[in-house]
Amino acid sequence: MHDVVLETDNLTARFGGHVAVDHVTCAFRSSELTAIVGPNGAGKTTYFNLISGQVAASEGTVKLDGREITRVTVARRTEMGIGRAFQLTNLFPNLSVLENVRLVVQARRNKGFNLFSMAASHGEITDAAEAALGRVRMQDLAGQTVSELSHGNQRKLEVALLIALDPKVYMFDEPTAGMSVDEAPVVLELIEELKSDATRTILLVEHKMDVIGQLADRIIVLHNGALAADGPPAEVIASDVVQEAYMGKALEDA
Amino acid sequence: MLIRLISGDTPRSPILAAILLIILLGLAFAPFVFPGTRSVDTAARICIFIVLVASYDLMLGYAGIVSFAHTMFFGIGAYGVALASIHMGRGFDALVVGSVSGAIAAAVLALVIGLFSLRVRAIFFAMITLAVASAFAVLVSQLSNLTGGEDGLNYQIPRALTAAQRYLEEPFFGVRVNGKLVNYYVVFFGSLIVFLILLRIVNSPFGRVLQAIRENDFRTEAIGYRVVYYRTTATILSAVAASLAGSLFAIWLRYVGPDTTLSFDIMIDILLMVVIGGMGTMYGAMIGATIFVLAQNYLQNLMGAAEEALQSVGVPLLPLFLNPDRWLLWLGILFVLSVYFFPTGVVGRLRRRG
Repeated sequence: MHDVVLETDNLTARFGGHVAVDHVTCAFRSSELTAIVGPNGAGKTTYFNLISGQVAASEGTVKLDGREITRVTVARRTEMGIGRAFQLTNLFPNLSVLENVRLVVQARRNKGFNLFSMAASHGEITDAAEAALGRVRMQDLAGQTVSELSHGNQRKLEVALLIALDPKVYMFDEPTAGMSVDEAPVVLELIEELKSDATRTILLVEHKMDVIGQLADRIIVLHNGALAADGPPAEVIASDVVQEAYMGKALEDA
Repeated sequence: MLIRLISGDTPRSPILAAILLIILLGLAFAPFVFPGTRSVDTAARICIFIVLVASYDLMLGYAGIVSFAHTMFFGIGAYGVALASIHMGRGFDALVVGSVSGAIAAAVLALVIGLFSLRVRAIFFAMITLAVASAFAVLVSQLSNLTGGEDGLNYQIPRALTAAQRYLEEPFFGVRVNGKLVNYYVVFFGSLIVFLILLRIVNSPFGRVLQAIRENDFRTEAIGYRVVYYRTTATILSAVAASLAGSLFAIWLRYVGPDTTLSFDIMIDILLMVVIGGMGTMYGAMIGATIFVLAQNYLQNLMGAAEEALQSVGVPLLPLFLNPDRWLLWLGILFVLSVYFFPTGVVGRLRRRG
């Protein structure tokens, strides 16, 4: 069994009277891909926000490598190794594709406070950024302005930023949502590749059952903010709680 | 070499390159090409305002921070030189001490304002800068023992920088080579150096982070940059550059007063210059400051001439609109038109075409 990398203990988020995430206790190990499923509004994205730091916990703790990080800032968590791709595209719209990725590489290498050198003279940053773009097959679009990209390409760039960040914990929030049929496989293959590296921990919020079946080692189910099921995919999908709470809902939606 | 000097930030448009070159050469040879006290004074003001506007653009155009305290930093640099010259006696040491202590004071004040208020939403920062700048202006006008109050301060600068000092007996290309000419070149090269440093900063890795913050501060934080530190650093750098511009202004004018350095009118002028030139492009500061200062100094003359010409031809009504007293109206119209036709400023417009 691999080491526990990330843990949440009784993690809770309340907004006024509404409990979005309700005492979720869960541990994530390296080389494991955990899919987080649940109907809309079940608290998946809020759970992500608690882990990456955008939302402050009302109760409970988050630990990375055994260190408590519940009160640590977003930027510091990223430095410590929690990387996040966002569900709604969240890029730097008026900068070029390459510049978007370069910014991530530059952050990773701690060059942000380099005031008096020319950004263009840091060839190693550009090389690393181009490599990350290559992984999502976007190297030809490097010079384009992000706001001019197709939605699918913006989603892929979102993934490229995470690749460039190269964190310990990868958090994907519906990475293939809105992608065309030929774009999605590029991203899924990439996630599969990441999975084969034993030092990575991957969390994936996903609705598509075929994707989950293909990638997940484990599924956790959130329902009304609480952890409703946790186990290997086959077991969880077959369980009553999923059949009722999630699959039933999904069938209605479809 | 030249490319490195401008930090690889080429104008990217032949027309823009030509305009910038004309401004640069015009300022470099102003005492020879446009001799006369008034025109050289205008040229010196253009140099100083280019730095002041460029330093403001570092905050507004690159980091997306709205501040109304920029004239305060400008004034701190100017008063630094004035106070040092009065209390240490005339001399170059006073100019250096005044400039450096002004810059340090500006940096410290910017740090305090930044750390206290850049965490909060942008609008609060803008309001806090407004409050601090107003308080500072009131303080300067009330502490008249120290600052001369509303009358400001007159002081002496080294003789080597004044017209009284003559370096050549014979005029050189028709221009008297005296201390005033040297003073102009102190202002010109001082401004040029500060401008090139600002240009380097916006093209550095740090400058890229500022642009990222302007574009999407939420995501900038999420990829690992502590946004508040970057914003504060940008504010400090901008304050120091503004303070140095103020010091140059004080060296040039030999006078400081609330109206010439601290007034809210100047703050608005800076905003107009940034917008006319083009936000987020250092070169916009060059163009905005040049157009604006020229208009400020010569639009009235131009209108006076046009009024007379029209009156002598006998056109009714129209000369009334061209009365030199209405120059602010025309400046306003120029501003509205330029924002309407060049929403991204002159530089943005030229670059898009190029």
